[in-house]
Amino acid sequence: MATITLDSVRKVYAGNVEAVKGVSIDIQDGEFIVLVGPSGCGKSTLLRMVAGLEDITTGEVKIGERVVNNVDPADRDIAMVFQNYALYPHMSVYNNLAYGLKNRGMAKGEIDRRVKEAARILEIGEYLDRKPRALSGGQRQRVAMGRAIVREPAAFLFDEPLSNLDAKLRVQMRVEIKRLQKSLGTTSVYVTHDQLEAMTLADRLVVLNKGNIEQIGAPIEVYDRPASTFVASFIGSPAMNLLPVSANGSGLQLEGGEGLSGPNTYGRDKYTVGIRPEHLRVVDAGSSHPDAGLSLDLVVNVLEPVGAESFVYASFAKGGPEMVIRVSNHARYQPGEKLQLIADAQDVHFFDGGNGKRI
Amino acid sequence: MVHARLVRFGGAMKKVQFNTRSVPYLLLLPQLSIVAIFFLWPAAEAVRSSFYLEDPFGFGATFVGFDNFIDTVTSSDYARVARFTTVFTLLVTFLSLGIALLLAVKADKVLRGASSYKTLLMWVYAVAPPVAGLIGVMMFDQHVGPMVDFFALFGWEMQIGVNYFDTGFAMTATAIWKQIPVNFIFFLSGLQGISKSVQEAASIDCRSGFRRFWTVTFPLLAPTGFFLLIINITYAMFDTFGIIDVVLKGEPGNNPVTLVYKVFLDGFRGNDLGGSSAQSVILMILVFVLTVIQFRLIERRVHYT
Amino acid sequence: MKRIKFSDHVILLAGVFFMVAPVALAFLTSTHDAVTIYKSGMQFTFGDQFLQNYETVLTRAGGFTKEVDGLVMLKNSLILGLGFAIGKIIISMLAAYAIVYFRFPFASLCFWVIFCTLLLPLEVRILPSYEIVQGLGMVNTYSGLIVPLIASATGTFFFRQFFLSVPDELLEAARIDGAGPWKFFIDILVPLSKTMIAAIFIIMFVYGWNQYLWPTLITTEESLFTLVRGIKQIMQVWIGAQIPDFNEAMALAILAMLPPVVIVVIFQSWFIKGLVESDK
Ligand SMILES: Nc1ncnc2c1ncn2[C@@H]1O[C@H](COP(=O)(O)OP(=O)(O)O)[C@@H](O)[C@H]1O
Ligand SMILES: [Mg+2]
Repeated sequence: MATITLDSVRKVYAGNVEAVKGVSIDIQDGEFIVLVGPSGCGKSTLLRMVAGLEDITTGEVKIGERVVNNVDPADRDIAMVFQNYALYPHMSVYNNLAYGLKNRGMAKGEIDRRVKEAARILEIGEYLDRKPRALSGGQRQRVAMGRAIVREPAAFLFDEPLSNLDAKLRVQMRVEIKRLQKSLGTTSVYVTHDQLEAMTLADRLVVLNKGNIEQIGAPIEVYDRPASTFVASFIGSPAMNLLPVSANGSGLQLEGGEGLSGPNTYGRDKYTVGIRPEHLRVVDAGSSHPDAGLSLDLVVNVLEPVGAESFVYASFAKGGPEMVIRVSNHARYQPGEKLQLIADAQDVHFFDGGNGKRI
Repeated sequence: MVHARLVRFGGAMKKVQFNTRSVPYLLLLPQLSIVAIFFLWPAAEAVRSSFYLEDPFGFGATFVGFDNFIDTVTSSDYARVARFTTVFTLLVTFLSLGIALLLAVKADKVLRGASSYKTLLMWVYAVAPPVAGLIGVMMFDQHVGPMVDFFALFGWEMQIGVNYFDTGFAMTATAIWKQIPVNFIFFLSGLQGISKSVQEAASIDCRSGFRRFWTVTFPLLAPTGFFLLIINITYAMFDTFGIIDVVLKGEPGNNPVTLVYKVFLDGFRGNDLGGSSAQSVILMILVFVLTVIQFRLIERRVHYT
Repeated sequence: MKRIKFSDHVILLAGVFFMVAPVALAFLTSTHDAVTIYKSGMQFTFGDQFLQNYETVLTRAGGFTKEVDGLVMLKNSLILGLGFAIGKIIISMLAAYAIVYFRFPFASLCFWVIFCTLLLPLEVRILPSYEIVQGLGMVNTYSGLIVPLIASATGTFFFRQFFLSVPDELLEAARIDGAGPWKFFIDILVPLSKTMIAAIFIIMFVYGWNQYLWPTLITTEESLFTLVRGIKQIMQVWIGAQIPDFNEAMALAILAMLPPVVIVVIFQSWFIKGLVESDK
C-alpha cells in the first residue's frame, strides 16, 4: 500500500503529440482515484506512465517514497487490469494468476495459497483449470482482477476494465470493484470515459481535458461546483444547460436570443451561465419570482419519459441553445406548450465567457 | 515461394517495445548472415558480372559496360524467348485464375460434399513442379500419352519435344494444372470471407445470380484477384522452371523456353557468364517493378477493407 | 438463400477429374511392366506389378542412378524438407521477434535488408549463388543444400505479420508480471504461435521437399540425391533407353509426391490458414 505522487508529469509522443501536459496529483494511501475525460484526453497515457509502460518525458512519478521514473514495470509493485483483459490465452486461469508470482521466484505453496484466496474472493474457483477462451466476458474480467489481486501490490491500475462488458454486468462489476477495493484498502487509479462509472467509484475524481487537469475533487464536489464549462458539461447526465450570454446593463442578454432576467453581478462582458436540468422548476405562467436566480420562458419541443423521471427538451422563442429540464414522470407537457421556469440563485453557475473557468 | 512474396509493409508498430540493446542484434544475427552471404553477395555478383566479359579460358574478365545488355536485348533468340514467356505467362495466369475462380464459386455454393471437393481440388498444391512435369511428359508422350491419343481424334498429331507449338502446349497445360490449387484456395477463402449479411442484402437487391456475382461478389473479390494476378505472373515466370526442365528432358534444342530457363542455359551450359548475368539483372528489374505494382495494389486492398 | 443446381456439381466434378486424373493415371501406370506401357500407352487399370515396381524403385540401387536407391532418396528428401522447415522457422521467428518487439538503432535498415530478399527469387540469381556456395566448399553437403534456401525472408514475413496481430496488452501484462525478453518469447509468444508454427512448418516442409533446381546444381553425388532431384536422373536415362522404364518413373513420381500430399491433406485447415492469413 502506498501513496502515488505525480509531479508535473508530461508526455510528448513521437511527432510532437503532447498527450499529457504537466499533470500533478497527490494520491493518498488507500484512495480510489478515477481519471475521467473524453476519449483521447490522455487518461491511458497518464496511467501507463504510472505503470511504467510509457516513458515519462518530463516530471516525476513517485510510488511511496520511491521515484519510479526509471523503474521497470515489474519492479514498481503495481498491478494493472486492461480493457481487453490481456489474459494469456494459452495458460489456464490458475497459471494466468500464478505467472507473475512464479517470475518473482515465490514459493509454490505461497503461490497456491494466494491464487486460491483470490479465486475465493472473486468466485472463480471452479474455473481455475479452464483456458480464458472457455470463459464468459464477466468471468474473464474477474480473472483479470484476480491476476491483479494475487500480487498484493502497492497499487491497482485499471484502464477501462469494464468497457467490454454489457450494461448490466458493468453495473454489477462496478459495485464489486468498489467493494473489493475498500476491503483490500489498496490505492487504486482507475481510468474511464464513463462519467457515471467515475462518479460512483471515485473517492476523488480527476477530470482531464486535452492532457490538462480541469478539476480534482470528490464526485459530489465536482458535480456541485464544476470548475469549468468543460467539467460542467462532462459530469452529469443529461449535461448541464450552458447559456452563452453577454452583459446588458444590469441584466444579461442571451447570445442570438432574448434578454434574461438574471443579475449581472460579476462585472464582465461575457459569461456562460449553467443550470443543471434538475434545478429548473416549472412555475405558473406570468407569475413573478423576484428572488429567483434566473427565470426563463421556453417552448416545449419534446417530452422524453425514461421511467423514474422525464426530460423536457425546450427552446427559447428567439433562438439559442435547446434546454433540458428534469421533471416528474407524471408531467404531461405537449409540444408547443409554453413554460415558465425558474432556478434558485445558488443553483445558477457562472463561468467566464472567455476561458470557461468558474467565477 | 511465390505467394509469400506478397508483403504488406504497413502495420502499426507495437506501442511498447523492449529496449534491451544487444538482444535484437543477437536475434537477427542468423538471418542477417544468411541473407548477406547467400542473397546480397550473389545478387551483387550478378550485377557486377553483367558488366564484364569473362574470358572463356579463365584469364580474367574485361569491363564492357552495357555491352552484355545490348547483346542480350538485340539478339533474336532473346526476343523469341521473351515472346514465348509473355504468351506462356498470360495463358497460365488467366486460365488458371479463371478455372480456379469458377471452381471456387461453385465450391462455395454447394453444401453437400463441400469439404471433399475442397480437398480434391487443392491437394495438387503439394506436387512438386518437376513431378508435375514428369506426369505431363507422360500424358503428352508421343508413344504412351493418352492426351496424344485424345487429340489425334481431332486430327492433331502432337509431337512433344519436336514441334515447338506442341511442346509449348504441354508446358502450358501442365503449368496451369499445377497452379489451379493455390488460386482455388485463395479464391475460396476470399469468397468465404464475404460477410453473410452482404450476400443476403445482395440477394434481396438482385434476382439474377449471375448479375449478383458480377456486381457484388466479383468486386469484393477483386483485391484477392489483383493479388493473385501478381502471384501467378511470378509463378509462371520463375517457379515453372522444374516443369519446363522436365518437359524438355533437359535438352531444349529448338523448343520453347522461358527467360529464367535461358538465364540458366546460358550461364551453366553456354558458359556465357556476362550474358546470363545481364539477363538476370533484367529479370531483377522486372520483378522489382512487379513488386512495386503489387505494393500499390495491396495498399488499395487495405482501403477496400 | 442460394439455390444449388445440378450443373454446379457437374462443373465441380469436371474440375476434380481434371486435377485427379493425371495422377491417378500415373499411379495406375506405375503398377504395370514397362513393355506393356511401351506397347499400349498409359494404363487405366490396376496392374500386377505394383509391389515389384515400388520395391525396385525403393530398394534397388542403379534403377535410375548407379549408387542410390529410393529409400536413400527418401531419406535425403526428408532431411531437406525437415531441415529447411525447422531451420527456417527458428531463424525467422527470432528475426521477426527482434523486428516487432524491439526498439534499436538500425532497426528499419535490418528490416529492409531482410525483406528485400522477397524481391528476388533464387532462380534469378542462380549462377552467382552457385559459385559462392561452391567457393565456400558447400557443394555436395546438406548445409549447402539447405542453408542458401533459407535466405529468403518468407518465414520472417509470416511471423512478423502474426506477431503484429498479437495484442499489445499481452506484452504489457507480461512485463508487469516480470517477464523479460527471453521469458516473454518462450513463455508467451512461442506457445501463442503454435498454430502458426504448424502452418508454416507444413508450407515450408512442402516447399523444401519440392526443391528441384538448387538440389540439381548443388548435389552431384548421388548419395545426396532427393526424390525430386532423382527425376532429373530419370530424364537422362530416358533419352538413351530403348524401352524407357515408364513404370518405375511413375512410381518414383508417386513416391516423390506422396509425403507432401499426405501432410497437406491431413493438416489441410492449418495449412490453408497459414497460407491465406499470412498473406493478408
Ligand atoms: N503511441 C502513441 N504515439 C503517438 N500518439 C499517441 C500514442 N498513444 C496515444 N497517442 C495520442 O495521445 C493522446 C492521448 O491518448 P490516450 O492516453 O490513449 O487517450 P485516452 O486513453 O484518454 O483515450 C491521443 O491524442 C492519442 O492519439
Ligand atoms: Mg484509453
